[in-house]
Amino acid sequence: MNIANILARKGSIAVTVRPEESIREALALLDRHNIGALIAVEGNRPVGILSERDIVREAARNESFLERSVADLMTRDVITGQPHDDLLAVAHTMTERRIRHLPVVDSGGRLVGMVSIGDVVKAQRDHYQGEVDTLQMQLLGDESGPPR
Amino acid sequence: MTLTTGTPARPLRVAIIGAGPTGFYVADHVFQNAQVVAEVDLIDRLPTPYGLVRLGVAPDHQKIKFVTTAFDKVAANPRFRFYGGVEFGKDVTLADLREHYHQIVYCTGAQTDRRMGIPGEDLAGSHPATEFVAWYNGHPDYRHCEFDLTQERVAVVGVGNVAVDVVRILCRTPEELAATDIADYALETLRHSRVKEVYLLGRRGPAQAAFTNPEIKELGELADADITALPDEVELDDLSRAAVERSEDRATRKKVEILRGYAQRPATGKSRRLVLRFLVSPVELRGDGAGRVAAMRLVRNELYASSTGALQPRATDRFEELQVGLVFRSVGYRGVPLPGVPFNESWGVILNDKGRVLDPSSKQPLVGEYTAGWIKRGPTGVIGTNKPDAAETVEMMFEDLEIGAVLQPPATAAAAEALIRERQPRLVSYADWLKLNEIEVQRGKAQRRPRIKFTRVEEMLAALGR
Repeated sequence: MNIANILARKGSIAVTVRPEESIREALALLDRHNIGALIAVEGNRPVGILSERDIVREAARNESFLERSVADLMTRDVITGQPHDDLLAVAHTMTERRIRHLPVVDSGGRLVGMVSIGDVVKAQRDHYQGEVDTLQMQLLGDESGPPR
Repeated sequence: MTLTTGTPARPLRVAIIGAGPTGFYVADHVFQNAQVVAEVDLIDRLPTPYGLVRLGVAPDHQKIKFVTTAFDKVAANPRFRFYGGVEFGKDVTLADLREHYHQIVYCTGAQTDRRMGIPGEDLAGSHPATEFVAWYNGHPDYRHCEFDLTQERVAVVGVGNVAVDVVRILCRTPEELAATDIADYALETLRHSRVKEVYLLGRRGPAQAAFTNPEIKELGELADADITALPDEVELDDLSRAAVERSEDRATRKKVEILRGYAQRPATGKSRRLVLRFLVSPVELRGDGAGRVAAMRLVRNELYASSTGALQPRATDRFEELQVGLVFRSVGYRGVPLPGVPFNESWGVILNDKGRVLDPSSKQPLVGEYTAGWIKRGPTGVIGTNKPDAAETVEMMFEDLEIGAVLQPPATAAAAEALIRERQPRLVSYADWLKLNEIEVQRGKAQRRPRIKFTRVEEMLAALGR
């Protein structure tokens, strides 16, 4: 299983913001889409990621944080995934490096989606659940006679 | 007076397109909701249900087919109906279904294979592995296919379960195959097979191979085929070793151990040889001058870590040539667009959000249209993986029912049945299928086989007295 299998059942690519926009605008976007992070893009290339944590950290120190720009607060050193990356490796990296949101880019560096740690955990859970279910069915089948 | 949908007076009417495992899982989850009275019609273009469980799962893996007992339980619900031999977009259209159902669910799977995209791919003797699979499993649309099994050397590209099934069937003896429900004509052709050497080609290393440990162990236990691998190809590179150690992934360690064992195993003089290759990609198929495959040019790959730590192959400048007269490719699968249903070209699936089909321009859900299984998320996982996937879609269906976001079909169940029968008088019901099943199993008994399959629609209808 890879990242593409997660993106395939997500309707939108990702919610993006421009670096020069204000944190006020960014907060409105987070609220409207009920999400935890925005990808800052120039054209269709990710240049940063702004998470609710980045905003909380700034708000604790600076009461006028709403007027600052996305570029001021975003993380610039963004780790990106590619659609064919194995989910197992992705899950490991996200857990180890405490990444909650992973922008996904194509081979040309263009943004094609985003996966959250929640997406990855759900996909893995469904994968294991499916395997357990299939194995159980084969074991039970042994007792209930020939297959169709 | 308006009636609430999902009550005995006005049952929720659901049409499911595609009677593979996912179609049954969707039906099952719909019926499991005790608050909603639902009628489910399962429509398939083939007369027989179970999709790839009947026509994809290998004939020598009968245990996997036990899952159909669960499907039969779903079908026993009095509010369930099966319309086999009815094609969506031809016999019944989306417009027809909108007139007769509150909700429509597309579960049509991944029906086409990805191409390798290399020169010579269309030479005679180069085939999608799925065509071979459908052929040996008796799929009515593929029984006419021809594979040149007079060739002695065969390459199978890919290391997923389809590729592994294909090499196993090619390496089995006629006696081994005769104990299965493989199609009779395929058994006959394979009986005269002259295949001596089969190559299974993986583009990445042994630690990244998609096959499971039971699958690879089975390849080492074939009655009349020796298995081997190249010692330097089954040793882990530094990146793979680090990844395996980091993740404490015992299954992968075991896999590598098994493969190392194969590389050390001496040949025992069996009639066929199965060679596992890693870190190679075909770059060209070369012809014999008469339009037939004669050789495959391969490039050696090395692995690199992407920024998420996933290991990907990269071509080196080392090439080699493999003399092969038959090639099966199994390098990925894609869904096929359905008439009138939005498609997501990027991922080869129906455009959806958690199973709700989306309008391509507004990206908002289309009322009453859903999808589940491989046509929703792409071809991945085992049969059971489609169960949680179907559950997610059905959850969306009930959320939408709750707020009244369903189609409002003027017609009743009886009208739907009348329409489908009028459009396709030769349709096969579940009761018909159970009869066919009984006949197939009876025919198999004399030869101590699980069943002897009907492989022509005409034969099936004749057996039903039509």
